[in-house]
Amino acid sequence: MQIASMHFKARAHANLNDEQLQTNLKKFQGKFVPARRNALVELDDVEATREAARQIRQRALDELDTWLELFEENATASGATVLWAETPGDINRLVLEIAARHRVKKIIKSKSMVSEESALDHAIEAAGLTVVETDLGEYILQINNYEPPSHIIGPALHKSKEEVATLFSNTHKTPWKDEIQALCLEARSVLRQHYLSADMGITGGNFFVAETGSVVVVTNEGNATLTTTLPKVHVAISGIEKIVPTLEDVATLMRLLPRSATGQSISNYVDVLTGPKGAGEFHGAEHMYFILVDAGRTAVLGSEVREALRCIRCGACMNHCPVYQNVGGHSYGWVYPGPIGSILTPMYVGLENALDLPQASTFCNQCGVVCPVKIPLPDLQRKLREEEFARHLRPWHERAALRVWAWFALRPRLYGLASKISVRLLRLLARPNGMISRLPFAAGWTDERDMPAPAGRTFRELYRERASVRQS
Amino acid sequence: MSADGLADNRAARDRTLARVRSALGKKLPDAQAKANAEANVTIHRHGPRPRMPANLRERFIERARDMSSTVESIAAISDVPRAIAHYLDTLAPEIGGQPRAGVCWPEFATLDWSAAGLSIVSRPTLGNDRLGITGCFCAIAETGTIVITSGAATPTATAILPDTHVAIVRAERIVSGMEEAFALIRAEQGATPRALNLISGPSRTGDIEQTIVLGAHGPFRVHLLVVG
Repeated sequence: MQIASMHFKARAHANLNDEQLQTNLKKFQGKFVPARRNALVELDDVEATREAARQIRQRALDELDTWLELFEENATASGATVLWAETPGDINRLVLEIAARHRVKKIIKSKSMVSEESALDHAIEAAGLTVVETDLGEYILQINNYEPPSHIIGPALHKSKEEVATLFSNTHKTPWKDEIQALCLEARSVLRQHYLSADMGITGGNFFVAETGSVVVVTNEGNATLTTTLPKVHVAISGIEKIVPTLEDVATLMRLLPRSATGQSISNYVDVLTGPKGAGEFHGAEHMYFILVDAGRTAVLGSEVREALRCIRCGACMNHCPVYQNVGGHSYGWVYPGPIGSILTPMYVGLENALDLPQASTFCNQCGVVCPVKIPLPDLQRKLREEEFARHLRPWHERAALRVWAWFALRPRLYGLASKISVRLLRLLARPNGMISRLPFAAGWTDERDMPAPAGRTFRELYRERASVRQS
Repeated sequence: MSADGLADNRAARDRTLARVRSALGKKLPDAQAKANAEANVTIHRHGPRPRMPANLRERFIERARDMSSTVESIAAISDVPRAIAHYLDTLAPEIGGQPRAGVCWPEFATLDWSAAGLSIVSRPTLGNDRLGITGCFCAIAETGTIVITSGAATPTATAILPDTHVAIVRAERIVSGMEEAFALIRAEQGATPRALNLISGPSRTGDIEQTIVLGAHGPFRVHLLVVG
């Protein structure tokens, strides 16, 4: 996928002024958050479950080479072929080679975010083959000239039903209708024909299970179930970090994944797929391939933000993020939006190509609080900010301001004096209602809102006073 | 392996594993870690579990309904044809006369379908059958889920291609959670089957404006007959 993450500020600005998008974003704001909260209370001990999930994912990463080898052994023993993609380009090359080997003409795909990293659909079409996305959201984006997804579990949630209606009417040459049920039915009948005529099915992988050499694929639509049941070839593509040791670990993680994502107790279809079909079996793939993708993951594993690899892609961080909720997923400019995207995108495409993403946060830590595998997202964003500073990637005025601040911060007495003076100066700027409506050098902040003037003395003054009271 | 590029993938594998090890501060494959991992997976340790009521049957039915399955209890397998005929009658107004024909798994081939006025054949579906009748390997009380394991006698598509899926659930096969289902598969089938499909209600989507619509790709409706 093309990287547009360096344009975060411009895109966020445009999206904030896009009335249609803002209306659509407002529509889905109220739903995910309470649904998650209500579903989690069904677990008797949410925190213990989160801690167990964190440990499962961390244990897998701490011995990742061992689990990958065990996975490969067991998958191979079940008759599957395990392939390794070092780069996004390798994913596309391997898929096309598999397709050529089995004389594949039509490919159906259930959702795979990893394949968005390599723009797999474009590569398939460039090779003269047909590819059809089957997740309804992904299908909507595909027929809209491959519009990028804006959310990892609801890729087309930024679109209104009227926009979908126009898209369907133009693409399927059918009468315009904006009733959601009728739109879904129309997509169903179009996609059904593709399911029945495809030679290859591509899925992502929510988990790779080392114990059994299986891939676990989770959907509500059942599109992955059909994709892995009907065509003669199944290719499962996912990152090397998606390994978990056992099926019991999947059971624990599945208590959190759908609850954190959509607020469901369980997803409608959880498919555990292991090897090609057996003797006498009518349905199922005759040939099964795994593509285990690095494409930057080993670099993350060796970095300070390695905890981001625990991610199970539920989307809770973006559903709870005040920045994401206002600027929308497209502002982030690559595959993964929201707080997790603000870590992964700079790591996968280069920090210099995504400078604003670690800054796209208020550090409110809503994301960290809701993350089912306890990724400390604001801490990781801060580490990337530090790296930007250390690599001289921040603008000169920001660096200069930080230098000035650091100079004072290292001189406590001077710092105390300076803050005392600024507090008093700020009070002079205040209007009678105690609000400051224009602040020099910070117009970006005060153009849109007033800032309350400091009410009394500085923190240090108050602290000193209390400490002396306690001592006396 | 044939002479295409797939045969050359070994080097990519070795380089990837080397990068993983270097990121973890290891130099070589760690035989001890491997032995530990292999021993570890055989323990099948459970994570924290939500408390389940003693009556798993009731819990299963309640949760299956929460997931938009419809559920009916019957006394014996021989009651299945009559129960399905009755179910189709109740559907008739909704779907404009559901044809009283469909496909079933071989284990139900000998039921007296014609006496109930149904025309059911035992064969895998090719995609144009409107009714699919299956059993299930077991069912999960915690989430109202049925577990289908692939095999020669249990063609998967019967559960996911037809508009209407009827599944027969034997009450004694209702287990507490996913963990018990996995243990039962290990105990009774040994190797993991090609596909374990854990199905909880009809296919659905919320991809347009988060409005839930049933029947996205698979069945519009799932009807469970709990036997015994």
